[in-house]
Amino acid sequence: MNGIGFIKGMLLTLRHFVESYVDDVRYGFKKYSPNVDNFQQRQGTQAAGVFTVQYPDEKVAMPERFRFVPFLVVEDYDHPERPGKDWCTSCGICAKVCPPQCIWIVRSNDPATGRPVPEPEAFFIDIDICMNCGFCAEYCPFDAIKMDHDYELASYDRTTSHIFDKDKLSKEFKYWKTIAPNRAIDEAQARGGWEHKDAQKAARRGGGAADSKREEVRARKEEEQKQPVASAPVAQETKPAAAETPAPAAATSGGGEKPWTDSEEERERRKQAALARKAARASKRE
Amino acid sequence: MVDMTVPNSPATSIEDAIADLKAKFPDAVSDDKREGYSGVIVSKDKLLEVARYIHDTLGFDYLSSATAVDYLGEGNHSNDHLEMVYHAYRTTGGKALVFKAQTDREKAELPSLVSVWKGADFQEREAWDLFGIRFQGHPNLKRILMWEGFHGFPMRKDWHEAYYEQDHKPFDSRWPSGHVYRAEERNIFGKNVKYPADIDLSKLTDISESSMYEGFGMGVEYTQVRDGEGMATDQLIVNMGPHHPSTHGVFRMIMRLDGETVTHLEPVMGYLHRNHEKIGERNTFLQNIPFTDRLDYISSMGNNHGYVLAVEQLLALAPKYTPPTYRTEVLRVLMVELTRIVNHLWAIGFWLNDLGAFFTPVLYFIQERERILDFFEAVAGSRMMCNYMRFGGVFADLPERIRTVANLMNDRVRDFNTMQFLTEMINERIPRTIDELDEYLTNSDIVRVRSEGVGYLSREDAINYSAAGPLLRGSGVAYDIRRAEPYSIYDELDFDVAVQYEGDMYARYLVRLQEMRESVRILKQILPRLEYTAGESVASPFAYSGKVPIGEAYGRVENGKGELGYYVVSAGDKKAAANPWRYHVRAPSFINLTPLGVMAKGGKVADLVAILGSIDIVLGETDR
Repeated sequence: MNGIGFIKGMLLTLRHFVESYVDDVRYGFKKYSPNVDNFQQRQGTQAAGVFTVQYPDEKVAMPERFRFVPFLVVEDYDHPERPGKDWCTSCGICAKVCPPQCIWIVRSNDPATGRPVPEPEAFFIDIDICMNCGFCAEYCPFDAIKMDHDYELASYDRTTSHIFDKDKLSKEFKYWKTIAPNRAIDEAQARGGWEHKDAQKAARRGGGAADSKREEVRARKEEEQKQPVASAPVAQETKPAAAETPAPAAATSGGGEKPWTDSEEERERRKQAALARKAARASKRE
Repeated sequence: MVDMTVPNSPATSIEDAIADLKAKFPDAVSDDKREGYSGVIVSKDKLLEVARYIHDTLGFDYLSSATAVDYLGEGNHSNDHLEMVYHAYRTTGGKALVFKAQTDREKAELPSLVSVWKGADFQEREAWDLFGIRFQGHPNLKRILMWEGFHGFPMRKDWHEAYYEQDHKPFDSRWPSGHVYRAEERNIFGKNVKYPADIDLSKLTDISESSMYEGFGMGVEYTQVRDGEGMATDQLIVNMGPHHPSTHGVFRMIMRLDGETVTHLEPVMGYLHRNHEKIGERNTFLQNIPFTDRLDYISSMGNNHGYVLAVEQLLALAPKYTPPTYRTEVLRVLMVELTRIVNHLWAIGFWLNDLGAFFTPVLYFIQERERILDFFEAVAGSRMMCNYMRFGGVFADLPERIRTVANLMNDRVRDFNTMQFLTEMINERIPRTIDELDEYLTNSDIVRVRSEGVGYLSREDAINYSAAGPLLRGSGVAYDIRRAEPYSIYDELDFDVAVQYEGDMYARYLVRLQEMRESVRILKQILPRLEYTAGESVASPFAYSGKVPIGEAYGRVENGKGELGYYVVSAGDKKAAANPWRYHVRAPSFINLTPLGVMAKGGKVADLVAILGSIDIVLGETDR
């Protein structure tokens, strides 16, 4: 107990103190400037000193697998055939696997036959209860529910605004490709194309049966809402109109439009990497 | 490597021990013949005697877990009864001797084993609190997680919690006609406000506080002591917590002080109690995984690991079972060892806070923790609530890069190659930080003066009180589950069990420091394994609605804070159940508090804060 250990400790504190300014000097006192490309270095394994990200003025971009309250994938709003259509088939797996049971789904039924239609009539997530575990996205067989990256959900009213309905939950497929491009490619590989599983199946059959069925029901429902006293014959009349929906084009393989903002080479590189991974997996299975 | 064999061990294997036990007590001990169960059933009037024999003669000196199960309405394999399940180990290593005692539900009484293992103290109180088993001979049989005066026993099968909906998830109201509602709007007070039949609400008084002070002599026994000069002084009762920054959460200590010296201390907990285990019984097996994250929220990867190990033991009972691949195990060990480093950095940092080095050391350590959490976030999707492990697999393999595209205006992107990041962390950055920590603190005069000889726990007490983790190893017991009963791939990894013999706070600090070094050593062995297993599948074969074969399992891991065990029972069905019948967490933070009174006695108040810090508790796990 001669105080040497204490002095050594103080020197270490001093070193940390100095280190936190060394970088300031190195980057010309511009370490928070958006033009300075030092973020990478400061957040990496070689950094020394303390570096604080100045939230909310600047934010760290989330990694692809980051998970926050889920969202529902819908077809792009500028999709030529099915703009804004739900990918969800209301199979209910997400609601069943959800640990805190915060997902509520109303399955829609065909009013004429009473049979379930593969599309949710309503879909709610109570985000106060959601524990962001990601099981819904993990177990969804249709890639229709995904974990979001938008974590700024604070609001002044928790009684109503924290139960998200279908409108609030729905986001374009495009958005998913933007926030998680590599995963989107992997998933598309597994599905066999960019489009929804059912759409692909329908395209393969050439008729778009499952799809036109949905359209048909939707059209009929809209008609019913317009005319409160709508009866079966009216609904019958709308049928031909709905059946006219063009069969989806078969061109739904790997290509398609990719509206994220990356460069062409970058995309190609990622695609090749995904293909290589897939090949590796396939060879592993054999 | 620490030698775990003891030459004069009275019985070498569990089978021998059980045979010995049955020969000694032919009437009282019988095999547990239920399908998927192991161990012996001891008749309740001989329990104490048998337990003594197990402890004294058979050498099972460490009671890991003591918990109750309610078999009300199980029907298939058990009749309605309450059952205490004990898992006793030898601190020289090896498997558990599992023994059980059954009692009637209406008049639930069992002899207390506190006189044999003091570690049974809190666990029996918990069983009394949640199951209503009265332990005869327990020195202080009071509720521990609920408050005194609470009506009912929450873990019994016929007890329903507030907003009770259904016995098992998934709830039918969610699909296919899931018209959303908020439980609190439909039912403002919840449905479980029950009072005993003879109660007059207008005269209802809260006895929880007054009963807590029983034994402290407040108002009843006026304690006067004479100081050195013969002057009569009063002893003072001081409450510390529940809202006190040094208690690391909502934890409370009631102590009797003589001047500044603690003469008696009683921990009070349960302020964060949410009946985690009841939630676990409502959940399916799979749904429990993210809930385990919330136990010890500093080391969620380790919590996941213990639970999946327990359930995998049950899954292995099925005729068709695919064990996790080698890469899965490698990834799990990678995550768990990183978590251990995170945990110890955090523990040492906050212990320093408690010693008065306010936040300077913590921040140096948190810097490293942040980088490890960055890695967790990129792999598992969350920094702390990792939810990474699955039965027979993990959530996903490592991503190629820790990167993302910027999707908002001001986002800053981190783009690293994952393996490169990991290699640099393990080979350079983490060891550098540990060395720095060592230089900073180990020989610091202030740290040594404050911690050497303070908070002493003897070797015998540490074992008898079921202390675990650095608390146990700081008292000279080289007991680390990774060595004593290796799981995952630890038997092929080369590392030492950190142990110190002084039994004080400084020894615990040194154990943590040493353990971080050993973790780095393990991680360095993990890196090449990651390279050559690349591409191997890590997917879990367990479906979202998967069922688990009936039986019982106790999965335990060496978590940062100590031995984390999960006792899982799958029952209620002929072959396989979708929901656990019983899901018990043997929480190291909870049981490590049992010897707090012993350690604090005779010390100063200021040291008490640091002693608590040196145990390293997390209230999410203590209170469950």
